[in-house]
This record gives sequence, C-alpha cells and structure tokens, in this order.
Amino acid sequence: MTLPATVAELVREFRASGRIVIVGASLAGLRAAEALREAGFTGSLTVIGDEPYEPYDRPPLSKQVLKGWVAADHTKLPRMREVDAEWRLGVAATGLDRAAKQVCLADGERVPYDRLLIATGTRARQWPNAAEAALHGVHTIRSREDAAALQKELAASPSRVLVIGAGFIGSEVASVCRELGLPVTVVERGAAPLVGALGGVIGEIAAQLQRDHGVDLRCGLGVSSLEGDSGGHVRQARLSDGSTVDADVVVASLGSIRNVEWLEGSGLASGFWGLGCDAGGRAFDINGVVTDSVYVAGDVARAPHVLYEYQFLAMEHWDNAVLGAEVAAHNMVNLEPRYRPHLLLPGFWSGQFGVNIKSVGVPPFGDEIVFTQGSVAERRFAAAYGRRGRIVAAVAFDHGKWLEYYGQLIERSGPFPPPPPGWDQPSDSKPMPAEFPARGAPGAAPDVVLTGHDPSERTAEFRPRRR
Amino acid sequence: MRIVVDLNRCQGYGQCVYLAHEVFRLSGQEALTYEPNPDEEQRLHVERAAAACPVQAIVLDRLDGTEGSTTP
Repeated sequence: MTLPATVAELVREFRASGRIVIVGASLAGLRAAEALREAGFTGSLTVIGDEPYEPYDRPPLSKQVLKGWVAADHTKLPRMREVDAEWRLGVAATGLDRAAKQVCLADGERVPYDRLLIATGTRARQWPNAAEAALHGVHTIRSREDAAALQKELAASPSRVLVIGAGFIGSEVASVCRELGLPVTVVERGAAPLVGALGGVIGEIAAQLQRDHGVDLRCGLGVSSLEGDSGGHVRQARLSDGSTVDADVVVASLGSIRNVEWLEGSGLASGFWGLGCDAGGRAFDINGVVTDSVYVAGDVARAPHVLYEYQFLAMEHWDNAVLGAEVAAHNMVNLEPRYRPHLLLPGFWSGQFGVNIKSVGVPPFGDEIVFTQGSVAERRFAAAYGRRGRIVAAVAFDHGKWLEYYGQLIERSGPFPPPPPGWDQPSDSKPMPAEFPARGAPGAAPDVVLTGHDPSERTAEFRPRRR
Repeated sequence: MRIVVDLNRCQGYGQCVYLAHEVFRLSGQEALTYEPNPDEEQRLHVERAAAACPVQAIVLDRLDGTEGSTTP
C-alpha cells in the first residue's frame, strides 16, 4: 500500500472506530459532538460535564430568567441531530494524563481517548473574601442554579440590590432590577460601565443610560468589605471611599476565570488567559508546539487571529463557541489539507435598559472611535473603532441592522474612519480617542522557565512565581 | 419544544413577536428576549415565526426533544 493510501486508511479507521472525549457539556461541547457525527464519525463519543444538566444556553440567565419570565430550567439547547454519546454529567474532569491519553474524573475513573476536545469554558469570579462571599444574599451568576437562586431573591422585593462590577453581566442584572422596580446601586472600579469591552466614550453613554433608568451608579470606586447581620445575611457594603451602601442582595459580577486548573501538569499551554491553540483548534503544548490529539474550543480557547495581527485572542462569545466547536470537530476527523481555520469575526450582543447593544470585531484592539450613524442623544447609533488607519470593530446601540456593513469593512481591512454608509449620518463625525483602560496583568501567573541543556532535552515548565 | 435565537444574526425585525407573542418579546426597539423552551402548544406559532424571520435567526430543535427529553 502506498503511504497516502495508508494514511487515508488510518483516517477512515479512526472515523469508524476511534475514541473521542469531549470535556465540557455546554454550548461548545454539544455543538462539537453534533458536528463530529455530522462529519461521519461513528466511533465512541464521551461527553463529560461538571454540571448535572444536559447542555443549556447561558445568555438568557442574566436577562429573561432573572426577570422571572422564563424558568431557570427552560434554557435547554435545541439539538441539531442525534449524537449517540455517552454523557458523563455531574462529574468534573480533574486531570489529564497525556502520556496515557486518559482524562481523570472526580469520581476516580479514567476515560481513555484517541482525540480529546477541551471545552471547559469559564466560571464566575467569586467575591475574593470567602467569609463575605458565603453570606446569604451574596451571588454570582454563571450557571442555571445561580440564576434560579438570584431570581428567587429578586422576586422577594429586597430593599436594595448592590451590583459590584459594571461589565455586561453586571449591567444586565442592574437593568433587570430596574425593570422589576428594585432600587439598585452599581459600584464600578473603572471610569464607567462597559469600559473594558467598549472603551470610555461608549462607557459614558452607558453610564448616562443607567442613571436615566434610576440606577445609583458609582464609578471609580471599589467595595472594600461586605457586612452581614447576626443571621449571616448580607446587609451592608463598605466602599473604598469610606461610604456605605445598605443592600440585602449583592451580585458580584467580577468577570470570569477560565477553567484550566484541571490541566495542571498536563504539559499544555494553559494559564490565566486560557488554553493556547492554533486557528484550527489544535492545542499547543507548554513548549508552544502544536499537539496532534488535543483540541480546544469555546471560551477557554485562545488562538491567533489573522485580522488582529495574529495576536492570541480568547473570545468569550456565543458564536465563538458554536463555530469554534464546529471547526475543531471537523479538524479532529480530517487531515491536512482538509483542515479548516476558525476565522470568526467576533460579535456579541447585550440587551439592557431597553437598548440592544451589539458589536462586531474586537473593540479594545482599537484606540480611536468615530460615530458614524444615528444620534447619541437618542441612544440609537453606530460607531466604528480604528487602529492605525484601519477599522477593527464597530458598536451599535439599537442599530444592529448596520453591523453587517461594518463587519464587511473589518473583514476587508477597510479604512478608518470608514466611508460613510450614506444614510443617517451624525453632524459630528470626527474620530476621537476610544479611551480603553490599560490592560491589567494577571497577578498570580506562574513563571515559565526553560530547562535542559541538550537540544533534545530542552523543555519549558511552569513554576510558581517566587515571592 | 426547544429553540435558540442567534442574536448576533437577529436584527430586531420583530416578525416573531407578531407571530408568536407568547414566546418572543422585544425589550425597547430592538432587543429580543424569548422563552427558549416554550410549551408544545406554541409549536405552530413558533414554526411560523422561524419561517418568517427575515434573517433566519431562529433555530428549532431538530429532534423535537426526543433524545433530550430524558437526561442524557
């Protein structure tokens, strides 16, 4: 048999009777499982998830579920096809043994694989003081249980809700509180809401939007401590300026943490920013060498992006989970030259205070912004972000129909400021600084060190940072 | 039944709200919210809404919950 014929036979055999394990049973894990079957994989498929539920959609949790309209267990994801998988739900993966090609589970079992897809996503960052975080009334929101618990407390008419952190989730929670008629205070360390994602110019508009809807918004402040009553229920927060806020529900929306701890010691390039992979979803090992049998998709993946100077981007967006999973699945059962790249133009949405905020591209990649359509005063507008004379992103407030126009410009590396779309132009369309805060550095990231002298022994390893 | 709306794709035309108002709602001019697991009796309305969506953003369960109806 010729070499190409042998390779083709190997691929056929793997598709027919290989073993694929997917760790992560949420949006990316489910869509990958479906895509594998769609691609003709008939071998054994195991999906491992730490939550005891079948895959469900998370975006509704901070919106219609919190509001009490939709039950927390009513966001189960539609199925695109049968996946005929063994579902190991309610048991977390705790380790990865790449030499033995096994995933270690919390119940002690080891699940062997030929190819592995890592889609473990992120979790909510908890309030850092564990004793305060344990007070009744202190919440984070990521899972359906989180949403159910918070919804129940919001429905009980608390005297005031305190939201710590005005990113998208925090802002959506504040919006729901106002829709429910609840007094709400939002404390944000940055200069305005949404500044990390959209910059200070848009943040200022979001701040006004919140205040117009009755949110007690306090920016440039942190929460120093939470205090509870004798029954262990949170009652008050002390802010960094010494003032206090009385609240009996506190929502800590402090961003997310990537679920990579279980990969410690596996020799993969995982860390604070996620698990590095190529644009085809193949994970990098700790040395920066691409692996053949480990793939990654969804929130936990970070890959070089062609449109953004090949920088490694982690895109915690819904469409990234769906499309990244499909690409990784395709590549898991194919060989070069059939590999497909994941070349997503990222996009996201957020409904808050009756406004639909949508974005395409990567706004923080830009340093300038220009309003291109509509009216800021009416909160119905589109704006483009630029960097070095080219458009890299766009944002729309109730102007979603126009994002496709900007998306096409971004994909073609169009100029910034972009050519006017010829409709609905604002009177003032001069570019200005977009005012993104400096990107913070992770505090607890380990050092990466090189060991070994002989070229064949050279390897990288993670070492805890020395004090 | 189960649905999901690709809200990146959705442009707030509101046809679904008109055709299945118990399942889809607009919050303000453009922000769509919906019941992802509506009662089976809504099926006809939801299918009409999905068919009428100008950007085809409404994704319906192709298994009708047969596999997912029991815990996988």
